[in-house]
Amino acid sequence: MITASVLVLFGIGLTAAVILAVASKVLYVYEDPRIAQVESVLAGANCGGCGFPGCAGAAQGVVDGKAGATVCVIGGDEVAKNVAAIMGLDFSSVEKKIAFVDCTGGTRAEEIYEYQGVKDCRAQHMLYSGSKMCPEGCLGYGTCVTACQFGAIAMGPDGYPVVDPELCTACGGCEQVCPRGVITIWGMTARIKHLNENTDCLAPCRQRCPGQINIPRYIEQVSRGDFAGALETIRERIPMPLSIGRVCPHPCEGVCRRGHVDESVGINMIKRFVADWEMNSGQRLPISCAPENGRRVAVVGGGPAGLSCAFFLRRLGYSPTIFESMPKLGGQLRYGIPEYRLPKSVLDWEIEGILGLGVDVVTEQLFGKDFTLDSLAEDGFEAVFLGIGAWMNMTLRIEGEDSIGVETGTEFLTKVGLGVDTGIGKRVVVIGGGNTAIDTARSSVRLGAHVTMMYRRTRDEMPAHIEEIEGAEEESVKYLYLAAPNRIIADESGHVTHVEYIQMQLGEPDDSGRRRPVPIEGSESLIECDTVYTSIGQKPELSCLYDENGACTLEETRWRTLGADPETLQTAIPNVFTGGDMHTGPALVITALGEGRKAARSIDQYLTEGVPHVSSNIQRELIPYTMFTDVPDVGYRKRSALPHQIECDERMCTFKEIEGPLSLEEVKHETCRCLRCGLTCYNRDMVEGQECQAEDCIKNP
Amino acid sequence: MDYFVLIIAAIFVNNIVLAQYLGNCPFIGTSKESSVAIGMGLAVVFVATMAACITWCVQQFMLAPNDLDYLQTIAFILVIAALVQFVEMFLKKVIPPLYKSLGIFLPLITTNCAVLGIAIICQREEFSFIETLVFSMASGFGFMLALVVLASIRERLDLARVPVSMKGTPLGLIMAGLMSLAFFAFKGMAS
Repeated sequence: MITASVLVLFGIGLTAAVILAVASKVLYVYEDPRIAQVESVLAGANCGGCGFPGCAGAAQGVVDGKAGATVCVIGGDEVAKNVAAIMGLDFSSVEKKIAFVDCTGGTRAEEIYEYQGVKDCRAQHMLYSGSKMCPEGCLGYGTCVTACQFGAIAMGPDGYPVVDPELCTACGGCEQVCPRGVITIWGMTARIKHLNENTDCLAPCRQRCPGQINIPRYIEQVSRGDFAGALETIRERIPMPLSIGRVCPHPCEGVCRRGHVDESVGINMIKRFVADWEMNSGQRLPISCAPENGRRVAVVGGGPAGLSCAFFLRRLGYSPTIFESMPKLGGQLRYGIPEYRLPKSVLDWEIEGILGLGVDVVTEQLFGKDFTLDSLAEDGFEAVFLGIGAWMNMTLRIEGEDSIGVETGTEFLTKVGLGVDTGIGKRVVVIGGGNTAIDTARSSVRLGAHVTMMYRRTRDEMPAHIEEIEGAEEESVKYLYLAAPNRIIADESGHVTHVEYIQMQLGEPDDSGRRRPVPIEGSESLIECDTVYTSIGQKPELSCLYDENGACTLEETRWRTLGADPETLQTAIPNVFTGGDMHTGPALVITALGEGRKAARSIDQYLTEGVPHVSSNIQRELIPYTMFTDVPDVGYRKRSALPHQIECDERMCTFKEIEGPLSLEEVKHETCRCLRCGLTCYNRDMVEGQECQAEDCIKNP
Repeated sequence: MDYFVLIIAAIFVNNIVLAQYLGNCPFIGTSKESSVAIGMGLAVVFVATMAACITWCVQQFMLAPNDLDYLQTIAFILVIAALVQFVEMFLKKVIPPLYKSLGIFLPLITTNCAVLGIAIICQREEFSFIETLVFSMASGFGFMLALVVLASIRERLDLARVPVSMKGTPLGLIMAGLMSLAFFAFKGMAS
């Protein structure tokens, strides 16, 4: 009996062992040995705080690239260092992450559902698809607070969660339970690389900003006296707050909700104030950068787009080199925008700060002549950003255009920027109505000329910014509206003497929505002049892309700009990216800066993941339901005005900067005017006549 | 008709977990999410059916002829353990997502008394091979039904504010008890 028992059990065991042995051979699955190694150095508590099912799951997540070396939320630096060593990472490159609350708008919107006893964010979201007016915002029931194992989150007085950065371990527990994505675990690189999405808490100003700056956040930081924090917020999206604070036509202010009550908040003035604050302090704030990864990227063009791309590439750990054809960096900021709007010393200080991060520069090197895409590849550059701007001028295509004394506005402004003789006469006619035309006219005034601006539509249709138009008017620039040049008349020596123009009248609207000017037959007149500057549009000079055989591997659009994917800015050559005026045609400086960041993001993705990509939920247009104009319960508060540094008489003979910064008191006033808008919420607690409370504003100026 | 009664009895009247109180550990452990509960339930159906069929063969062709019935429990555990190991290897190779979602609970089937219980009940009731196949599969589905129902209730309870001391397993056990009472209503419908 005993023998039979032993034999039976042995037989069953042997059969099972043989079957399993065969199965282990046939069904073998390779498992990365690093998983076991990583698991052995983790804390071993299986607490689940990291968001993975135990330490084995966390180790698997690290090896799969789903988690970083700091995956263990209770292990501290020692564990992170050991995990980094196994994964072949430099421990110093382990980025500090923290829970970030995106919904910080004004008073919570009204509840629109009757709750049924279940007071939990996930329940509300599941049962009612959201219980508040805002479809994306915080529901305010604090599920994240109970989910946080480290006591790092508390519900703030305004009904949204507030994170204590000292206690937050970035474990992700709050992020997992939040049904609205209000809380995100973010580090510096993630914030730099994030593109606005429709589910973000985007106040109208944020939606409209081409640079995607988190405007409500930096205004709120300024209101608390945290100027350094405000600059950090701005520099997550653009590298040049000093320049933008001076030259941006601030489209954000056009959609500001306060504009429906009185006047929009002086968003750009606040930005300029904090940027000036840093420059005047004489000390640069530290800008965090990822450690250098040794990978080189060529940035062709040292204008706003190129500088922005290089800045963000450097912050993401790359080693960018800027190739510039002119003697100095800055592009149109230096050679197109006059000194009185953007002093060169300010621009130099700002560019110096960007280069100080570790960006190499090669000047006076012309793309297509001194170097090519092939030579850059041979020199070890793994990707290229093309941002050579739009420097080629459109021509009038009228008789006498090649007369002596006829020049383009950009050529003139470049000469002024370089400080060389312009050859300007006493009586100048500027043809055009854009910002470049105004800059040309106002610079001419400062060189002692009597200036007449000729524009073929009316003042209302002028593309130039209204403040610039009025500024030129104050400086005695004369306007000739509804007038188009017919021909340019020159004397025997070929020098211009007159411009013959014809009167126009407005007809039906054209493709741009503006009414098309139509000539009035027989209304020709002459205007006497000795210099004519034309400024009717620019386009990129793309001949540099073609080889000696006339072949080009890149694509040109029908607007004569470089073709690229509109979201990733990747061109027909996978490792070549573009941005700025070269891609969009002449546009705003802030647009170029924004494209520079987008391109840096795409280059990073291309070099690390092989393919640049964007979320399917990218915000492209203004979100309609956020554009309401009825803003009740907000008191009237007068907007501050930028003070003039010099008076009008002096303005006409000097290139000194015209506009100065706001005073501290005025900035305090402006930040109090901000409604701290979200998608549908805004701060409505200001009633008519109520003064802004000092404790709400700057405490530590 | 007999097979239909057998199925109804296995699933509702003599539910392996709610009426026979077998397999409570994985029942509470894997009933937090419906998706995991479905995966675990299917794994139990598969393993229980396979185990019952193989152990039926072991009993009929090895133990009974040699009068070794007293080895039934140890021999069945050996067979089930090997079978679960095999299933684990198979899922890891062929259905990795299901393998990952089951995680630690797949090895738990090795010591799942529900599976062993089904195999032993089949012998005690002296089922034929076909009856063993039908009963074990139905019992597995009974386990799966209880698991999925409890998981659904617990997902809903997860959103409610309950006293901290009652959260998780305590509330799960209470709900299991209430479900068990509810299933007692089937008593007497079939045996």
